[in-house]
Amino acid sequence: MKSKRIIPRSFSGILVFLFLIILVFLIIYPLFWIIISSFKDYQGIYQDVWGLPDEWHFENYTRAWDRGISQYFVNSIIVTIVTLVGVVFVASAASFGIVQLRGKLGNIVFLITMGCMLLSPQVCVLPLFMLLRSLGLNDTYFSMIFPYIAFRLPISIMLIRSFFVGISKELEEAAVIDGASLWTIFSRIYVPLSKPIISTVIIMTVYYAWNEFMFATILVDSSALRTIPVGLMVFRDGLMTEWGVVMAGMVISCIPLIVIYLFMSKSFIRGLTAGSVKG
Amino acid sequence: MLTRKRNFGAFLFCVPALLILAVFVYLPLFENIIFSFQSFTLSAKTREFVGLDNYKALFSDPIIMQSLFNNVLYAVISIVMQVGFGLVIAAVLEDVVFRKTESFFRTIFFIPTLLSMTVVCLLFEFVYNPQMGLLNSFLELIGLEEATHIWLGDSSLAMLCVIMVSQWQSYGYITMLFIVAIQKIPSELYEAAIVDGAGKLRRFFSITCPMVRQMFFVTMVTTVVGAFTVFNEPYILTGGGPGTATMVLSLHMYQTGFVKNQMGYASTIAMLIFIITAVLSSIQFFSFGKEREGDR
Repeated sequence: MKSKRIIPRSFSGILVFLFLIILVFLIIYPLFWIIISSFKDYQGIYQDVWGLPDEWHFENYTRAWDRGISQYFVNSIIVTIVTLVGVVFVASAASFGIVQLRGKLGNIVFLITMGCMLLSPQVCVLPLFMLLRSLGLNDTYFSMIFPYIAFRLPISIMLIRSFFVGISKELEEAAVIDGASLWTIFSRIYVPLSKPIISTVIIMTVYYAWNEFMFATILVDSSALRTIPVGLMVFRDGLMTEWGVVMAGMVISCIPLIVIYLFMSKSFIRGLTAGSVKG
Repeated sequence: MLTRKRNFGAFLFCVPALLILAVFVYLPLFENIIFSFQSFTLSAKTREFVGLDNYKALFSDPIIMQSLFNNVLYAVISIVMQVGFGLVIAAVLEDVVFRKTESFFRTIFFIPTLLSMTVVCLLFEFVYNPQMGLLNSFLELIGLEEATHIWLGDSSLAMLCVIMVSQWQSYGYITMLFIVAIQKIPSELYEAAIVDGAGKLRRFFSITCPMVRQMFFVTMVTTVVGAFTVFNEPYILTGGGPGTATMVLSLHMYQTGFVKNQMGYASTIAMLIFIITAVLSSIQFFSFGKEREGDR
């Protein structure tokens, strides 16, 4: 029953296979084209759209880096890391609190958190802009970091809480008898046992913070704070026809996530599909 | 007494999350409701209460109708292309015939999901570019010069072109979700069906479809909510143009607030988005709760 062939034998099988190959082509070719074109100059792209570069302009990459991508890259790294630490810490603490609370209170806290999942960020962006301005945060990294943490908390708490619920109570009870505090139980028992779900949350958060566009473009005034997705737009507008350099910038911006994907594609896919509850 | 003290300790663990959500999610939502009854500019110190005027304006605003139409078009095309077609491709890839190549295909299909929307949009600017764009160049290459267009400048085509960008990006992601769902189906079901002489189509409709209906529902709502909140693609690619051909609700909200400086009315548009998406998400929210209970 098991087929060892790469290409199916039946006629319909071959048709489907060809169709899948076309789909692969539609995805791969534009990406391949961007990479090839990022080594060309303007003339090279304009006159020969399809061909390989006559001359490989590796300097497009150093120019893109020097013309602003380096700054955007650093900003993205700062925003992503702080968001990540915030989400992991706040979400796992809250999940622990929800699991530990006796009586109705735990459910109430959980419902308050989950209620946010009904809300799209688009609905909050205007008041958020005014709020951050009146808090004096509009020209700091926090104008991105706080909204990012806030909108990643509900899904992260949902995932971590459902993992915490499944943790066996025996260790915890033994620790309570030994007089351990809640903090000890949290940091010595719950967190170390939850590495799988925390790594899922890490991947989801990094993916979100690295690529987020709307908040980053609306909530941030200062050009010095732009993250890569917003910076690329400015980059494109500023460079006009230096397409090769723009494309080099695009390639650079994708490298971190592609690298993570290549090295941990299984957990990456698990991370992103666990987020299917809310994209 | 001990429980109360313990409960207080446990509650302290929830405080940071509750504070952040209160300040950065619930407070803005609450403010937005108030703003939607007011009229003010970004720099204004005072805000004028205007009652239901903004809501009346909402119903007589032609751009709202255009935006809603575009959002609905977005939703319909996304459902057919991503959810419908994604399920079919996932089922095909999970077929024994493709056992050797399945992981190759799904790895490739997933790649666009990794790219940021900016990169994808800039990429499609090069695809749609009228002079050197890949699409026109390709059409010329195969001798279809008359089929070339100024894709994003043609008001009858621009919206479809913008929608295709999200299809290209998200399609592999939805397919992956269905693959995960199909892999959870017990293989005995298929084996029994084969013994009973059921063909591939019959197995798809009688086993695969009913078994993944929960995921079908989840992806459906996610896609529709995404279609009603779409912002990045039209903002980057067309800015809503030509004219208002590619205007969508959140872009209209953004331009009303930050470009035309009518923050009150912009908040009213946000309320419209809120009502549509909250209804859709709550359907998903409650169905998901049921699904989890079913799993255990």
